[in-house]
Amino acid sequence: MRQIRAGFFNKNKKEITGWLFAFPWLAGLITFYIYPLISSIFYSFTAFKGITPEKFNGIQNYIDLVHDGIFWISLKNTFVYTVLVVPASLIFGILLAIILNVKSEGQGIYRVITFIPTLVPVVAVSIIWQWLLNSQFGLVNYILYKIGLPGPPWFGSELWAKPSVALISLWTIGTTVLIYLAGLQDIPKDYYEAATIDGSSAFGKVIHITLPLLTPVIFFNIIMGIIAAVQQFTLPFVITNGQGIPANSMMFYSMLLYKNAFQYFKMGAANAMAWIMFVMIMILTLIVQYTSKKWVHYMGE
Amino acid sequence: MKKQLKGLVNSISYHVVLISISIFFMLPFYIMVVTSFKTQAECFVYPIKWLPDQWNLKAYYDIFKVIPFGKYFINTVFITGANVIGVVLTCPLAAYSLARLEWKGRDLLFFLTIAVMMIPYQVIMIPIFILFSKLKLVGTYWPLILPQYLGVPFFIFLLRQFFKGLPKDLEDAARIDGCSEFSIYSKVFLPLCRPAILTVAIFQLLNSWNDFTGPLIYLTKAKMYTLQIGLQQFKSVHITNWPPMMAASVLISLPIIILFFIAQKQFIEGVTFTGIKG
Repeated sequence: MRQIRAGFFNKNKKEITGWLFAFPWLAGLITFYIYPLISSIFYSFTAFKGITPEKFNGIQNYIDLVHDGIFWISLKNTFVYTVLVVPASLIFGILLAIILNVKSEGQGIYRVITFIPTLVPVVAVSIIWQWLLNSQFGLVNYILYKIGLPGPPWFGSELWAKPSVALISLWTIGTTVLIYLAGLQDIPKDYYEAATIDGSSAFGKVIHITLPLLTPVIFFNIIMGIIAAVQQFTLPFVITNGQGIPANSMMFYSMLLYKNAFQYFKMGAANAMAWIMFVMIMILTLIVQYTSKKWVHYMGE
Repeated sequence: MKKQLKGLVNSISYHVVLISISIFFMLPFYIMVVTSFKTQAECFVYPIKWLPDQWNLKAYYDIFKVIPFGKYFINTVFITGANVIGVVLTCPLAAYSLARLEWKGRDLLFFLTIAVMMIPYQVIMIPIFILFSKLKLVGTYWPLILPQYLGVPFFIFLLRQFFKGLPKDLEDAARIDGCSEFSIYSKVFLPLCRPAILTVAIFQLLNSWNDFTGPLIYLTKAKMYTLQIGLQQFKSVHITNWPPMMAASVLISLPIIILFFIAQKQFIEGVTFTGIKG
């Protein structure tokens, strides 16, 4: 009897301890995640200016956005950027990881060199690259001139502004490469040995072993890449000082959302934009997820 | 002999490819450092000068004259330090509870912890701002510090996976010795989990140091700015004054790069964890 009671007490004690340990996070979860998530839906249906009390407005914010030209421009910009940057990082990232995975002298140093740009704060990144990509005296156009190619106007033109941001993103690709490298290390060595015996070339090994077995990591990086691209804010904001110039070609979706919320104080409209973004991310993720059944291979399947 | 030659050619071409890639990653750093020692006029010389005529420190003095760089540095260190302490205090506690204690609601809390990791920041940004604004805390450091003291879902998830991997005998032995739940946590598990906590601390440090959006939204007084915001303001006014901007870029990047060389292992482990278990 005494033992049973002790057992019950111990069980209860564990229960209470569990609650107590988790309590700060539970408070954080409710305050900074669940409550904001729910009230964000609510705010998106109000004409909330941040100062005056919120007034229920139905789906007016959403209707206004559909009729707002700049909303569509920012959506298009972000879409174009995503379509540029996700495949580019996919190809460049995998190639780089495969090269960095070859056992060789100096491998460690090369890996470190690839990773270091990801540590640089975005403001510094923007300063460095605005100089490098300056159309008159920048280094990139100087090199292009030396090899006989015409240098594009980069941030100076509507056409080249987004590719410029995508190029900078490739410079800070280190994290993605590191994840691919970890994926490459999980591929069993015997697969390659068997292929060598069968007389497979290095290229054949990449196509028939490396890429198929890397697909789960590729899948993960595509999803993370899409999420990051759709949310891209800091780089275009800092580069254009929040202006989105030239001619709104750098007005990314998140930038317009920020401006709506904190410059024009249209908090309701900004929240509506945030929800549209959330839904877009969900749809894009689901599309990738759906097609993934056809191309993602898990080991042992 | 022929085979050896082929090996040599392979090795050389491998290094040629990697050196060209390295140039792409390192050249911007070189430009940043060299330009920071140039004079304003030298920046616009064409063709580009690979070295300054004279290595001068004027640009480094200039940033301190134009913005209170020292003050911004201290502000940033303060916020970063407070954030790191916050996550180190709270996240392992929650992670331990989710990994090793049995209580009703634990599975639900774990599910929610993973679920909220998928919410884009833009969705919750405005309600959190309104909340802080109602509490009259906009313009203070509280909004930039308080959330870390209540837990960061990704770190909790990461630490939980780590705690899960430790053997059960450890806690049983401690329990038989009469340890309280808290001392099992603090004396047995916390020390074992030190590498994972270090990874979390470094990640938070990097996030706080590089954070741009948070300070942009919440800091209203110029004397409270962080380095990132100060530099952005400086940049928008002095867009053509390249040497001081490059000097400032060197100064805000350097601490993080030094830290990376000290704690390389933790950086790499943290990143690869994201990919494998994410």
